[in-house]
Amino acid sequence: MPEVKEKKITAKDYASDQDVKWCPGCGDYSILKQVQSVCAELALKKDETVFISGIGCSSRFPYYMDTYGMHSIHGRGPAFVMGLKTARPELNVWMITGDGDSMSIGGNHFIHLLRRNVDVNVLLFNNQIYGLTKGQYSPTSEKGKVTKSTPYGSIDHPFNPLSLAMGAEATFVARTMDRDPKHMRPILIEGEKHRGTSLIEIYQNCNIFNDGAFFPFTEKATKADNTIFIEHGKALVFGAEGEKAIVLDGFTPKVVSISDIAEADLWIHDKYDRVKASILTRFFDDPREEGALPRPFGIFYQENRSVYEEGVTAQVERHIEEKGSPNLDTLLEGPNTWTIK
Amino acid sequence: MGQIENQIKDEVTILFAGDSGDGIQLTGGQFTDTAALLGNDISTFPNFPAEIRAPQGTVAGVSGFQLHFGSVELFTPGDHADVLVVMNAAALKSNLDSLKKGGIVIANIAGFDKKNLRLAKYEDGVNPLNDGTLDGYKIHEVDVTKITRETLKESGLGTKVVDRSKNMFVLGFLYWMYNRKLDNTIRFLEKKFSKKPELIESNIAVLKAGYYYGDTAEAIASRFEVKPANIKAGTYRNIMGNEATAIGLIAASQKTGLNLFCGTYPITPASDILHFLSKYKNFGVKTVQAEDEIAGICAAIGASFGGALGITTSSGPGIALKGEAIGLANIYEIPLVIVNVQRGGPSTGLPTKTEQADLFQALYGRNGESPIPVIAAQSPKDCFSAAYEACRIAIEHMTPVFLLTDGYIANGSEPWEVIKSEDLPDIEVKFAEPREEEDPAFLPYKRNEKFVRPWAIPGTKGLAHRIGGLEKDFETGNVSYDPENHERMVKVRQAKVDKIADYIPEQALDAGEDAGDVLLLSWGSTYGAVKTATKILIDEGKKVSHAHVKYLNPLPKNLGELVKKYDKVIMPEMNNGQFIKIIREKFLVDAIGLNKIKGLPFVTEEIVKKVNEVLA
Repeated sequence: MPEVKEKKITAKDYASDQDVKWCPGCGDYSILKQVQSVCAELALKKDETVFISGIGCSSRFPYYMDTYGMHSIHGRGPAFVMGLKTARPELNVWMITGDGDSMSIGGNHFIHLLRRNVDVNVLLFNNQIYGLTKGQYSPTSEKGKVTKSTPYGSIDHPFNPLSLAMGAEATFVARTMDRDPKHMRPILIEGEKHRGTSLIEIYQNCNIFNDGAFFPFTEKATKADNTIFIEHGKALVFGAEGEKAIVLDGFTPKVVSISDIAEADLWIHDKYDRVKASILTRFFDDPREEGALPRPFGIFYQENRSVYEEGVTAQVERHIEEKGSPNLDTLLEGPNTWTIK
Repeated sequence: MGQIENQIKDEVTILFAGDSGDGIQLTGGQFTDTAALLGNDISTFPNFPAEIRAPQGTVAGVSGFQLHFGSVELFTPGDHADVLVVMNAAALKSNLDSLKKGGIVIANIAGFDKKNLRLAKYEDGVNPLNDGTLDGYKIHEVDVTKITRETLKESGLGTKVVDRSKNMFVLGFLYWMYNRKLDNTIRFLEKKFSKKPELIESNIAVLKAGYYYGDTAEAIASRFEVKPANIKAGTYRNIMGNEATAIGLIAASQKTGLNLFCGTYPITPASDILHFLSKYKNFGVKTVQAEDEIAGICAAIGASFGGALGITTSSGPGIALKGEAIGLANIYEIPLVIVNVQRGGPSTGLPTKTEQADLFQALYGRNGESPIPVIAAQSPKDCFSAAYEACRIAIEHMTPVFLLTDGYIANGSEPWEVIKSEDLPDIEVKFAEPREEEDPAFLPYKRNEKFVRPWAIPGTKGLAHRIGGLEKDFETGNVSYDPENHERMVKVRQAKVDKIADYIPEQALDAGEDAGDVLLLSWGSTYGAVKTATKILIDEGKKVSHAHVKYLNPLPKNLGELVKKYDKVIMPEMNNGQFIKIIREKFLVDAIGLNKIKGLPFVTEEIVKKVNEVLA
């Protein structure tokens, strides 16, 4: 028998033949690359994988993946996901959305997807701006944001997407950033492994309309002091030399010098602890402010909860067991008939 | 005991009216089932307030149920009632207009006390039972409340519970009047209250009390007999429109082997379709009550992309919300059935009342050129075949399809000759075949002779492809901004819908000659009234014909030719003139509108009158 040489799957196998049309320098490129590479690493079956998106720059994503895909309408991605997964639970579904798509027009669907816990990986590209409509402020833009639609600064208080997700009963809540592919990659893999809705917020730089929005977190000079990379089972420690830690004073998080506290008093991150995870998602200070808490990146929260589409399928199966296989003629007849001769 | 006369009647219309908490719908429903089981032809029309429990005793809170049954074929719930049953003063006030001159009023006098008269806004000291309002009618007063309490005085049940069974007294009394047996209702009560035996007993006791009251009270000089109808031999059941829609959808799913997926959001008067579908999970039916109307349809589209039969159900306001997604389904070119159980509009309008004013919404209510086939059901039972046909067109032509019904036929019921599953027409389902790497590239928008693209579902080897709302290249389906391509795509999407005309029946006449003085051209739920009117006019010797259009887009190919064979075309519609604009525009026919926009269906005499005016 001739030896069949197994072809190694590479990231390129997941790239469609379409030209990628994001602006040069856009953070989306890095995310696309990581997703394709993770698909290859996990050897996801192209024919059984579906990427679904709404509208916006990020939502062009499915066109660039050589899998099944649906580019849908603004904000409604979660509803398409819910329908497809309910009809075909065995498919591997990913949803791509942005801060305008999921936090604004699609806010309603976003929260309901999370509470239902449909098994899907949600990549929320947060660039704190509307890109495709050319630079208006978004629901995650900081207060006072000057844009074309807010020439005197925005009045709106922004959403904190992860805190919103916790409130909406999400079962997997994580944050990463476009400029740290090494961090993004394992988060994507963990998200893919999670059964239920995996929400991964990705800080993504829009170099045209909101360049540098996340520089305090992503650039070398400031990253160490402004971010904290959280890992399950590890202490909340940050700073260039790991010299700072977060501890809880009651329910209030505080930054302390690591030399000032006993090891036993460190906050060890437990991603299964809902209350502490919720506190972590509240680390949302403006890094420019004095005494700001560092912005956490990593998996905040994970919970094993029943998956929506499996519940639907189980109910159908149980009903078949109880009532027997369907008989269309019985249904057509109904409970009461009479015969005219 | 005096002589009770037994009169034979061809047809009778009873209108039950009372507070929305009086069990009027249940009473009407029971009489309907009993009449149907006896072999009468029937047609019903429930008419209830938008509020679940509007203030008791007020006109706003009156719930009605009109039942037409006969030994002859019936197509409407009856223009006017022979018998009006009123549980209180408000019910009389709001329904007396519907009673025939000389008709019978059965009044629960407990509902005409001072308080009820005041709530019904009668002036102080005025009681319509004795002030001459009812001159010329046969009035029969019973203290239903008192007799019911008397009957159950030893039951140990509380007054509230006792009073709730007073509708059974009325039902029993009417069963006596119309020579009906109590068995069917007794069986119903035994099932309904199987977990509360004391309520079975009490309700049956009151039902019987009503029946015997008729026997002993010498209250009414006549009993009536309505013999079984002379309808085609066969097995029949009673069916409501929304139930027929649900069963039609399930039948299509069973016949095709596609799983039925209904993504929807509750809305009056469409919710019952969801309720029915949710019960039939053993048919593989998956229902999702989504977070809103938009999510409902988007979920259905997602399911269709996955190879299910995607359905969404709603009414006008919900359809408005779904507009963008319907456009997406149009450009995706995948099967989807959108059911609109129309109600009075615009906006929230008249949620519990009927109208057929969403035709334009179905035809044009989207941005861009977005042609969508539209089918309308004509009667409660026809909802079955219309739903089945909507599925056939959606699947075979890869397109969203609108199914229009309305509150009148959705809640109305009539007997339906049970169809065998083997007699249902076939629906062809063809998924795109798997493809090997060396095979030619897959072209998701390459069309067949019907201009229909392949349905390629995830999980099929080698067919990975992307669809979206952006304009597509003619064959590859890739995003294309090419000007020539866009025009070509708009034209081909239109051609695809137009082509459906080759796969639907030609327009037939329902009655009359194929040329003449007047053609009554109707669509949707006006069918019964127009049919009945046509029969009356033809019997009078008038040259009147009737055509009823079921396919509103595309129209049957011969319709233009057909309408031109009559001197006048009259188009009754429960709207301000919508289908008429299409007929005038397409065929340059000077059609005459007959429009009723009252939230109520046509009565036959309105149509007869209009035809006679035109003929005069």
